[in-house]
Amino acid sequence: MSKFPYSDLVLEHFKHPRNVGEIEDPDGKAMEGSPACGDMVSVHIKVDEATKTISDIKFQSYGCASNIATGSIITELAKGKTLEEAKKITWKQASEALGGLPPIKAHCSVLAVEGLRSAIRDYEERHGLVAEKVPTTREVVEKRLKKVMNPLSGLDLVRTKLVSEIEVKDGKVKVVIDLPPGHQFANAIREEVVEKIEPLWDVEEVEVVFTE
Amino acid sequence: MFETSVYLDNASSTRLDERVMEAMKPYFFEVYAVATSEFGYSMGIEAKEALTGAREKLAGMLRAGPEEVVFTSGSTESSNMAIKGVALALGKKKGRHIITTKIEDFPVLHSARALERDGFEVTYLEVDGDGIVDPDRLGEAIRKETILVSIQHANQEIGTVQDVEAIGQICMDRHVLFHTDATHTFRRLPIDADRVPADLITISAHTIHGPRGVGGLYIREKTPIAKWMDGGYQEFDRRAGLENIPGAVGFAAAAELVTFDENERLRSMRDRILDRALTEISATTLNGHREKRTPQNANVTFHLVEGESITLHLDMRGFAVSTGSACFSRSLEASHVIAGIGGDHERAHGSVRFTLGRYNTMEEANAVVDAISEVVKSLRKISPLGKGK
Repeated sequence: MSKFPYSDLVLEHFKHPRNVGEIEDPDGKAMEGSPACGDMVSVHIKVDEATKTISDIKFQSYGCASNIATGSIITELAKGKTLEEAKKITWKQASEALGGLPPIKAHCSVLAVEGLRSAIRDYEERHGLVAEKVPTTREVVEKRLKKVMNPLSGLDLVRTKLVSEIEVKDGKVKVVIDLPPGHQFANAIREEVVEKIEPLWDVEEVEVVFTE
Repeated sequence: MFETSVYLDNASSTRLDERVMEAMKPYFFEVYAVATSEFGYSMGIEAKEALTGAREKLAGMLRAGPEEVVFTSGSTESSNMAIKGVALALGKKKGRHIITTKIEDFPVLHSARALERDGFEVTYLEVDGDGIVDPDRLGEAIRKETILVSIQHANQEIGTVQDVEAIGQICMDRHVLFHTDATHTFRRLPIDADRVPADLITISAHTIHGPRGVGGLYIREKTPIAKWMDGGYQEFDRRAGLENIPGAVGFAAAAELVTFDENERLRSMRDRILDRALTEISATTLNGHREKRTPQNANVTFHLVEGESITLHLDMRGFAVSTGSACFSRSLEASHVIAGIGGDHERAHGSVRFTLGRYNTMEEANAVVDAISEVVKSLRKISPLGKGK
């Protein structure tokens, strides 16, 4: 393999992203990320009512090369799939379909996968297919933290055992990360954790603490 | 990987000038001895003379005495030495307060942070929207326990030049030592110890087509500074370690090769990039001061798009530039400099730095604007933020 971090497939999708744009009157849509985190992906889907399959899908990206390439590949992977199948598409599958993404870029590219799932959830919510809101618990927080990537390895924070404590109390969530506060990635991880936990409907405050 | 044909990242590193290589060569193959005292053997004495010659040349350019210039391994070491050296020398005697700015380069910023962990207090001065430090604010921040002010001559990312004469004057009047990081200005803008009342000046060879791995620290006579690289008695017993004689000779040769005309040429290419990018491309913001900036630096934010995507597209077309985007940085953090001048993440992510050098041409300056104009347009087309642009 060459020293260049991106595979030819990543570059191909970066240069010529597929299914770019918006769908007029979409059945489901979602926007993940924010300009603050440096990456945003929007996903629009059209769903065939009878078969519950994704008949059309479009994405837009404000982000780096891996973000754009993942957005592109995810539309190709999801098109024609049933909602249930599409929901199960993982970052790993997207990454494999692109010939591999660098671990440090996992956090930028996972957004596209999130975008697809959120667009499906949006469709389901609009069509009354989801259960009621569940209160945030330790488990819900942990599940969300599994979507925050550890830039050191490209695997999530929970799996790499960086989360040493989670506390949920009266709308306040405290997450203790087992890294020194001066660590190279401390600020980046803090921002991402806040970004993942804050949108939960009953969370008012997120505190991220680093250990010495 | 792609072939780089237009290199515009000269603030990070520069192509070595062949003439510098020629000047260094004899000190690899013919005069390779350690610099000995005048009672040593002939080759060692010759080596010593070369080192002294290089030191005298650089000192002359700074209007300093030769014994006031110490060779180091580069600007990182120079700034570490200046800040930690003064802290070690004065921390117990005078006080434990240091003043710097929010937009310094990492050697200064992280040296200050390291001292904070050791119980020093650090004031990080704010800068204005152009990146300029208000000397009055500095005056207000100085206390009885302040031992050092470290304010860069010009910024590494946005090129903004500080009024180091006024800053130095305040420090002198208040009897506080003044260090300035001149990595991006030495030989590009006038800086001499005569005119600028600085006690410590960081300089480096890698930004002026000299070899990397060699820099210098100007230390005004009688400046209290502790030795923290322990070993032998080299560099007037200030910095131990075998002298890098080819490096020192190369540094001096590189410094001599920078001319007024060259700096004017860089300035005109810089202006071309800025003028064209800011007028021909919509939704752009200049980063840094329009006039008070180094001749080699142009920095522009292209809104609604992300910098790593821009640099990769440019790389595929043969251009090498740099960005303040988080995706490009080793810490995954957006530029602290753009944040320091009041920019949000989006402004940092879309910022692109073009830094010019001896081997760039006006044709290249025009070509990079043409290329970036196309790249930004195509990225905005796929950006969810880019509606109507």
